[in-house]
Amino acid sequence: MTRVAVIVFPGSNCDADTRAAAQEAGADAYYVWHRATDLEQADVVILPGGFSYGDYLRSGAIARFSPIMAAVTDHARAGGPVLGICNGFQILCEAGLLPGGLVRNARLRFLSRPVWVRVERTDTPFTGLYQPGEVLEVPIAHGDGRYVTDERTARELEANGRVVWRYVRDNPNGSTNDIAGVTNAGRNVVGIMPHPERRTTSVLGGPDGARVFHSMEARHATPHAVDVGAAGDHRLRV
Amino acid sequence: MNAFTVEVRVMPRAALLDPQGQAVEHALHALGFAEVAGVRIGKHVVLAVNSATPAEALARARAMCDRLLANPVTEDYELTLATEAAP
Repeated sequence: MTRVAVIVFPGSNCDADTRAAAQEAGADAYYVWHRATDLEQADVVILPGGFSYGDYLRSGAIARFSPIMAAVTDHARAGGPVLGICNGFQILCEAGLLPGGLVRNARLRFLSRPVWVRVERTDTPFTGLYQPGEVLEVPIAHGDGRYVTDERTARELEANGRVVWRYVRDNPNGSTNDIAGVTNAGRNVVGIMPHPERRTTSVLGGPDGARVFHSMEARHATPHAVDVGAAGDHRLRV
Repeated sequence: MNAFTVEVRVMPRAALLDPQGQAVEHALHALGFAEVAGVRIGKHVVLAVNSATPAEALARARAMCDRLLANPVTEDYELTLATEAAP
C-alpha cells in the first residue's frame, strides 16, 4: 500500500478530493499540514489544487516557501514521485522542481469546465496505466493556467518527451504547445493543470482521471512483487 | 541604519502575451484614445528597507526580487531608490 502525503496549504481546496481519489485507488493517503517538516515516510507526495495564500503575488509563489517544501524538494531530488495538480503544479513550477510557469489565461476568464487531454507519455509514475495517445475528459478550474516557458525549454520538453498531457480539440488557456502537464528530467515530478481527482467515477461525470491514482498504486506494488526473492543485500531477479 | 524606499517594477516578459494589457488597450480605443499603440500591465511594489547605505538597500531588494518578488521565467523587474526617508 502506497503511503501518499497530500500537502495542505492555507487555501488548498482539492485536498479532500485528492486524498479520496488516492484512497479509492488503494493508497494509504493522509494529510500533511504545510507547516510540518516531515512527510511521515511518504512514498508519493501530492500537492493538491486550490488557492494557496489567496494566490497573492503569483499563484504558488508564497506556498513554495512553506516549511514542508524543503522535505518535498528532498523527496523529489531523491527520485520520489511528486504530483502537483492545478495550484500544486503552479507551486512546483515556482519551486523550480518543474520548468516553466503558469500565468493568466489568455482570455482572462476563470475557466471551470471539462476539457480533453491526450496522454502523451505513459512512462511517469502517474500515467503508467493509460494507453499512449488516449484522450481523457477531465475538468479544469483555473484562472492562471497558461503554461509558458522560454523557447529553448519548450524545445527541450518536446525533444525529450516531457510533455505528459496535451489539450486536444481546444486549448482553453493559451498554453504553449497546448501543454496541460509536464514532467522533470528524472520523470518523477509531474504537474497537471486539469483535475483528475474530480473524474474518478461515473457519478462524477466519468472515470478518466482515476488511473492517475491507480498508476501510482500499481507502480508502487510492482517493485515489492519483484523483490520477493530479496535476501539481505542480494536481490534476486524474479 | 537608514530607512530607504525602494520601488520595484515587475513586468510580464516582453515576449509573453499580456491579455490584461490587451483588454485595457481595446477599452482605451473604444473610449476614443486612438493614439494608444500598446498597453502592458505589471506590478509596483514599494519596499521600506533599513540599510546602512543606498547601495546595500538596492542589493538586498534585488535579492528579494530574485527569490520571491519576480518570477524569472515570466517576469522582468527594475528597481529604483525612490527617496531617503528622514532618520
